[in-house]
Amino acid sequence: MELIDLLIKIALIIVIFVISLVVAMYSTYAERKIAAFFQDRVGPNRAGPWGILQPLADGGKMFLKEEIIPTNATGFLFIVGPSLAILTACIGSAVIPWGQNLEIGGRVIPLQVTDINVGILYIFGVVSLGVYGIMIGGWASNNKYSLLGAIRAASQNISYEISMGLSIIALLMVTGTLSLGEIAKQQHGFWADGYFSWNVFKQPLGFLLFIVCAFAETNRSPFDLPECETELVGGYHTEYSSMKLGFYLFAEYINMFISSAVMATLYFGGYNFPFMDLIHSPNLVAILGVVALFIKIFMFIFFFMWVRWTLPRFRYDQLMDLGWKTLIPLAIANIVLTGIFMTFFK
Amino acid sequence: MESLSNKKKQLEIKPLNFWERAYLPAIAKGLSITMSHFFKKPVTIKYPEEKREFSENFRGMHSLKRDEQGRERCTACGLCALSCPAEAITMTAAERQKGEEHLYREEKYAAVYEINMLRCIFCGLCEEACPKEAIYLDGDIVPSDYLRKDFIYGKDKLVEAPLNQ
Repeated sequence: MELIDLLIKIALIIVIFVISLVVAMYSTYAERKIAAFFQDRVGPNRAGPWGILQPLADGGKMFLKEEIIPTNATGFLFIVGPSLAILTACIGSAVIPWGQNLEIGGRVIPLQVTDINVGILYIFGVVSLGVYGIMIGGWASNNKYSLLGAIRAASQNISYEISMGLSIIALLMVTGTLSLGEIAKQQHGFWADGYFSWNVFKQPLGFLLFIVCAFAETNRSPFDLPECETELVGGYHTEYSSMKLGFYLFAEYINMFISSAVMATLYFGGYNFPFMDLIHSPNLVAILGVVALFIKIFMFIFFFMWVRWTLPRFRYDQLMDLGWKTLIPLAIANIVLTGIFMTFFK
Repeated sequence: MESLSNKKKQLEIKPLNFWERAYLPAIAKGLSITMSHFFKKPVTIKYPEEKREFSENFRGMHSLKRDEQGRERCTACGLCALSCPAEAITMTAAERQKGEEHLYREEKYAAVYEINMLRCIFCGLCEEACPKEAIYLDGDIVPSDYLRKDFIYGKDKLVEAPLNQ
């Protein structure tokens, strides 16, 4: 690899890293604003015009708070917990195709950090690593509420990973590849060969299962049992304070951003948008594609928040019932149906 | 046993049908309800920039009134203090000296007039008791403060601003 290619890669990584941090930062602001609108309120409006400096104020507050490590906590693991949470949240963005290749001065710049051929498996690996941050943090706190929250998070994530994986298998049968770049490329445009080209129209049930599991994996309401305030004080981060708490909260929003990006890429055509063939400049298509992808991502983030301020939290046994008795059989049925359809109609 | 109100209603618990068990129609309905609120005007009143309008008979902070010539009406009769159920009002009477006729309306006036705003229950009985129409609860909400002693309002805060000034 030439030096210039390496530099371009590094620049791309930094840009994506910064974008995911900024998006996560402003997701906290958007969440509060959107929550306010859903409840006929105004929301944060004191820091800057319309309160747009609120995330900075929150961050500053988090940094300046006293850092407390409980006496009986396991010191090293107590710090590893939030670090792992934020690390696994950030590395998921590496395989997401953010746009088509850009061509500048005869040099092709791919807008994807790495197009590994097992992209989906990588995402799954990262997602399942995410539970360790919560588990280790909850265990190291030496507090029964933290531990209960962590146990809930672990069992919830493991249960919903199964149906998530099964819903993806049906998608893989349709696309025939594990590479996210390839999957995005296959959903070119919006209409192809007399049918919609986006995977959501080929796998509606699979998408439904995937989005339910994505809610569970990111610990968002209605599946936010690990941080269920009414029962568990603060859940796994009960004992955390200052920026370590900030990292846990931040990791949740980065996870939300990444899972929105994954959903947009897998099911909603990624960077593709309708009538993209009518534009002849490939660079313009690439840039508009990035814009289209981000619009889709923001729609998903909005949907996450919309659901959070609508649905009440599941009870724990209902959560397990839904995961094991409903979603997994549905996911298996979806695989079978997809197989039958592919055998007899194509 | 027969119920007294005769409002008994037998409820039956029906098993959920397929769509109810699938949650999704109910979720869609809930989402549409929250979305309808998304575009509604917020009910927030942005205090302190905006203030909620008080009703006409709102009882707020007290003010000691002056007459048409700008003289204090209060004669320190003590009826307000006597009528006060919370014992929030104290006063010290003094005799009007020569040359003070433009300050006080009658021969006797309140040299010290104090209301403890932490004790006051804003019932308005002082207003009703006053024979000279000297005290009215027609002010704003009593502002917050840090120290208890600062809630004992003296004449500097209670007496109406002088006329033509």
